[in-house]
Amino acid sequence: MQVTSPVRKPLITGGKTVHDVTEDICRQVEAKPSKLWLMAFGISVVTLAIGFLAVAATLWEGIGMWGLNKTVGWAWDITNFVWWVGIGHAGTLISAVLLLFRQKWRMAINRASEAMTIFAVICAAMFPVLHMGRPWLGAYWALPLPNTFGSLWVNFNSPLLWDVFAISTYFSVSLVFWYLGLVPDFATIRDRATGIRKKIYGALSLGWDGAARTWSRYESVSLILAGLATPLVLSVHTIVSFDFATSVIPGWHTTIFPPYFVAGAIFSGFAMVLTLMIVTRQVFKLHDYITIEHIELMNIVIIVTGSIVGIAYITEFFIAWYSGVPAEQYAFFNRMQGPYWWAYWSMMTCNVISPQLFWSKKIRTSIAATFIISIIVNIGMWFERFVIIVTSLHRDYLPSSWAMFYPTVYDMGVYLFTFGLFFTAFFLFAKFFPVINMAEVKSIVKSSSEKTA
Amino acid sequence: MKENQKTYWKGIEQLTNDSEFVKKNEGEFPEYLPVSDQDGNSNRRDFLKLMGFGIAAASLAACEAPVRKAIPYLNKPVDVDPSVPNYYASTYVNGGDAVSIVVKTREGRPIKVEGNKYSSIGQGGTNAQVEASVLSLYDKERLAGPSKDGAEADWETVDREITAQLNDIASKGGQIRIVSQSVLSPTTKRAVGEFAAKFPTTQHVTYDAASAYGISEAHRRSFGEAMIPSYDFSKAHTIVSVGADFLGTWISPIEFTKQYSKTRKINDHHREMSRHYQFESNLSLTGSNADYRTPIKPSQVGPLVVAMYNGIAAKAGQATVSGGAAVDHATEAINELWANRGKSLVVCGSNDPMVQVLINGINSMLGNYGTTLDANVPVHYRQGNDQAMSNLVKEMNSGSVSAVIFFNCNPAYDSAEGAALSASISKVGLTVSTSDRMDETASVVKYVAPDHHYLEQWNDAELREGHYSLVQPTISPIFKTRQAPESFLKWAGQDVEYYTYLQNNWRENFFGKQTDTSSFQTFWDKALYDGVFETGGSNRSLSLDTAAASAAATSIAQNYKVGAGGFELSLYQKIGLGDGSQANNPWLQEMSDPITKATWDNYLTMSIADANEMGITLKEGETQLVDLTVGGTTVKIPVLVQPGQANGTLGMAVGYGRTKAGRVGDNLGVDAYPMMTKLNGANVMDVFAGVSVTATGESYRIAQTQTHQTYMGRENVIQEATLSEYKEDAGAGRWHPKIYKEGKYIKPSKITLWKGHEYSNHHWAMTIDMNSCTGCSACTVACQAENNIPVVGKEEVLNRREMAWIRIDRYYSAANPAGSKKELENAAENPEVTFQPMMCQHCNNAPCETVCPVAATTHSSEGLNQMTYNRCIGTRYCANNCPYKVRRFNWFKYHDNTQFDMNSSMNNDLGKMVLNPDVTVRARGVMEKCTMCVQRIQAGKLTAKREGRRPVDGEISIACASACPSDAITFGDLNDTNSKISQMLQIEDKKDGEGATERVVNEERAYHVLEEINVNPNIWYMTKIRNKQKTEA
Repeated sequence: MQVTSPVRKPLITGGKTVHDVTEDICRQVEAKPSKLWLMAFGISVVTLAIGFLAVAATLWEGIGMWGLNKTVGWAWDITNFVWWVGIGHAGTLISAVLLLFRQKWRMAINRASEAMTIFAVICAAMFPVLHMGRPWLGAYWALPLPNTFGSLWVNFNSPLLWDVFAISTYFSVSLVFWYLGLVPDFATIRDRATGIRKKIYGALSLGWDGAARTWSRYESVSLILAGLATPLVLSVHTIVSFDFATSVIPGWHTTIFPPYFVAGAIFSGFAMVLTLMIVTRQVFKLHDYITIEHIELMNIVIIVTGSIVGIAYITEFFIAWYSGVPAEQYAFFNRMQGPYWWAYWSMMTCNVISPQLFWSKKIRTSIAATFIISIIVNIGMWFERFVIIVTSLHRDYLPSSWAMFYPTVYDMGVYLFTFGLFFTAFFLFAKFFPVINMAEVKSIVKSSSEKTA
Repeated sequence: MKENQKTYWKGIEQLTNDSEFVKKNEGEFPEYLPVSDQDGNSNRRDFLKLMGFGIAAASLAACEAPVRKAIPYLNKPVDVDPSVPNYYASTYVNGGDAVSIVVKTREGRPIKVEGNKYSSIGQGGTNAQVEASVLSLYDKERLAGPSKDGAEADWETVDREITAQLNDIASKGGQIRIVSQSVLSPTTKRAVGEFAAKFPTTQHVTYDAASAYGISEAHRRSFGEAMIPSYDFSKAHTIVSVGADFLGTWISPIEFTKQYSKTRKINDHHREMSRHYQFESNLSLTGSNADYRTPIKPSQVGPLVVAMYNGIAAKAGQATVSGGAAVDHATEAINELWANRGKSLVVCGSNDPMVQVLINGINSMLGNYGTTLDANVPVHYRQGNDQAMSNLVKEMNSGSVSAVIFFNCNPAYDSAEGAALSASISKVGLTVSTSDRMDETASVVKYVAPDHHYLEQWNDAELREGHYSLVQPTISPIFKTRQAPESFLKWAGQDVEYYTYLQNNWRENFFGKQTDTSSFQTFWDKALYDGVFETGGSNRSLSLDTAAASAAATSIAQNYKVGAGGFELSLYQKIGLGDGSQANNPWLQEMSDPITKATWDNYLTMSIADANEMGITLKEGETQLVDLTVGGTTVKIPVLVQPGQANGTLGMAVGYGRTKAGRVGDNLGVDAYPMMTKLNGANVMDVFAGVSVTATGESYRIAQTQTHQTYMGRENVIQEATLSEYKEDAGAGRWHPKIYKEGKYIKPSKITLWKGHEYSNHHWAMTIDMNSCTGCSACTVACQAENNIPVVGKEEVLNRREMAWIRIDRYYSAANPAGSKKELENAAENPEVTFQPMMCQHCNNAPCETVCPVAATTHSSEGLNQMTYNRCIGTRYCANNCPYKVRRFNWFKYHDNTQFDMNSSMNNDLGKMVLNPDVTVRARGVMEKCTMCVQRIQAGKLTAKREGRRPVDGEISIACASACPSDAITFGDLNDTNSKISQMLQIEDKKDGEGATERVVNEERAYHVLEEINVNPNIWYMTKIRNKQKTEA
């Protein structure tokens, strides 16, 4: 049993008992879907369907449906990819790293943020496949599969191939980790359910029996997986950043990218978790589990990572000047003053300036402010990737090739598709899976609950 | 053996001939087999059998066997071997343009045109129009046969009716006219002559869409003989051109480019080059290559020429004439011309005979006749007589012409009298056209008797006096067309095959001009093999009529009013589309204009100052439409802001605005031909007055392949110097990047993770001499033809997705070279221009190769960067990581796709015949780029291997290099120390301290673009050297 200093603020408010926890969480799963949920889910499915039209058009007609050109070969596709992968970072960070650091405040949010990770990575993975000219071949040619083509093999020098491994590993580990955590909670629901629901949750809970030995194994596996997942938090975005860092394009060829990308990913991941948790908290009335304390702690992570990102931006500029490489200097000049200056300044405003507002306790403990800033941060992080990818490409070495990128409705449609996919999946999860890890929360009810008279 | 024929019986019943057995043995299937059970119904097993058969039969029937149209090769045509190309010498003829060529055919179909090196005129050079002409052969919008009143007809009917009407007209003494552009063929002229002999009222009226009547008329005035002399720029040290785009469109640009480039080649041993002054209104291809270029208004041409005449006359001690106004650099030009007497050349693009008279006077005083100008060898490219054409239209309008035959010309569109001619055509009784399509003229005549394409016919051409070139068919006629001269003979009552007629003409007239052989067959075979037969011109004794000059000066003083205010308009031909006759050729339409980099359109070029005043900007192709009023007619046209355009002048290309060219060429741009004016009886392309422009505020997008004008002062891209600097230091203008490492500044190539490649067999490489490259873009079309590069259409060019593997980067000098990064983006008002052909650099440390996840782009053992289309999954990572941005992605399916029907070489069965079978047509979603014509390299290696030898230098040539009329591109093997490229680069294999050999390039002008990133390309560029006193914009 862990001992927690009573000085710490309670993590669960409202004097909840263990039974209350079960009731509060299972209520969402067991009740009929609320109108609000049906509406939100409906909108997500419609978005998914509209987005699918763009995906289908792209697959049918070709990548030409997008706004890309001879100079800018990647734009929204890889921007979205990196953005979603970045969002997918928070889940693992919260569940694995904070578990290892024994941060108990993670318990209320880890389930949902892990789910978010899984869905975000699925959304992210859409882009490397969809952006290929021939995805029907690329989807498996990019894997090192034994084949009958003779000596034909993947190119292990290519950062894109590293991405394949990094993303698939990250996805598999996250999925297992997430599912493993769900097992005891599924068992709880199973035990309360009847009929077909009992069968389904019974199957999902993998025959969980709640024995002390089972719990012991469960905790060991959790720790092992947390240990495995922790390096992945750093590796995934490091490898994603290699796509750019190992190239020769000014603005891409930068050694600062790995830490800068990882910080940015955590930054955007936490922002996305906040956005989703604030909504879930309101809709499912989980104020006692996801407290202001949680939100404040996450906002502090956002200040830290946001500042790291800001320093990274400034460092890039300094190095561009210090390197004496004219092409590099121009690339950074072009970011600030070129035709895409608005993207650059949007990024700066959203990512560097807006999180600094959290220095004020009033703002970082305000639900509304947090919600708004969390969305701004995500917009800013999208622009960061857009700035890196598009403004570097559109004016590189030979001025004869300089061109502009203008997105088409299909670029937007495919992005919309991933939103639809993400929210459809998330709402399904929110309805049918326990959104808060009951088993873990119960373990701290005694130690960290608010004492009521 | 017969005794051994035993009969084996199968059972005792057969032996005994049992009656039951005999009965049952009759049928194929014995009835007693239990096919059905007793009550006659099928049983289960039968059901299964039938079902099995049924399914098998149904599924077999469902698999429709593909219909393959195989042509049995039982009787193989002689000399046609599958996959082995044949080459035939022939001649490209289009109006007055003609070039000796070699046609590559595969399995009986011409697929590529190259220059004929045996021709002393073209010397193996081509231009974009010649390169593209092979696609025009396979234009499905050519007429499939004769027509009457726009409906299909057969030859018999058409011939019968035309002959009857001609006879009728002739018997009544009605006037017959044959209208054509310049006819270069002596045999055709003979046929026309025989037609005229049969119908004596026949007159042959010749005009040229791009008239040079002024020059021939001026020679008539100056020397008494109407002709255009041949020019030899290669002998000129000082070249002065007043508005003549001799490298682009003027008279014989391929020939002139070849000659000119010889004066621009420099190396360590030869540090001299010609100096070229250009005075012009529009920034032409020629002007962009000039050392000194002065923008002038069209109305300044006359006074400038007078001033130059007077300047030279004063030095020569001859009488001067009145008037004249000099412009910048005119004095220097005069001084240098005089200093280089006999080694100079003054040309003028004006079609005003009076101006040309003075030009004749200048060249005469400079003693250039006999050196750089040869009046003994007149050229035949432009025989048009503008006055005869005006008269014809007047005659037609008055109803005094009974029959008119438009012989391979489209005057309703491309003559100055187009509108008047179309209007008066109904007053002519018999109207015939021999056009290959229902063009603007053919669609208003009664009969169309379509001529063969030049690749389908036998013919000849006399390019210059005594320089003959044979046209030989490379494919049997695709449609039911007939050669026009054969039609003339037929209508004149002669039933003769044109081939025989041609041979007879050569036997009678040309065979005697040589003494090499006494056998006509030998002579004919040799002429056919060589493609050319050259005897030389005839001696003339010309004496200059000096009185002509003062008359000319008087006329000029009247007609040229400098500073009248208002805009002046200068019409020009584009390098790609020329006079517009090949408007339905998508390769030319999509060819990026060397200067404006625009495709698929014409536009009004306007100077930066004028555009600023009107508030018009050009950004990423986005511009404004204006109302252009010329002589009372208003058209709506977009403006292209053009650095180098003379202030107060506008430029506009002819050849656009066609309405009856075909699917590809119709309704693109605005027709400028009606804006031509008359001056001293000649059609001139300049409009001095009555031009106004009003902005409409409507926006418009011009599809440009390059939207950024300057090279941003990047020395890693463009390295240039002046000749005086080069004379002192062969490495002048070179930029040597150095990288700091451990206390020292070292070459970028010294720091690398790359292990290098070993090239044990060949090491292919290329040099591009930026000093020779004129930017003419022949290479881009040659590459398109050779490598099956799709055309993507205007929309996709606007989306910046053109597919060209080789492009010509055109950079202007910046207005303020020392300015900020933003200021560097703005081109100078009258910029220096640099052309840089850019294609895959075949990097030895290729950034594209490392990033491909599936290893679809790899390095060959001979230095080539290879692309495996089949393996490509289309991530585009390679294109992003290419510092030269030369990789092209197949955004859509460009073949067999109705959305891209303008890409006619891939979207209809006829067009597809032009495809090079050695090169894959790329699928949607894969990356492509320059292969350095690997198919040609392979073919050359195989030939050498078959013959048991090494490939000889020069034997393998690649499409861009062989098309280049200025020999700016050299391709070869660096492993061959004697190859031209090794010599040019002065390759030396040095041993370094550690025993490894390093290949060093000692030619100081040679550099790698972006040397500092050490991708180590196999393409070397040679610095651009301008023959200027000092560096100035």
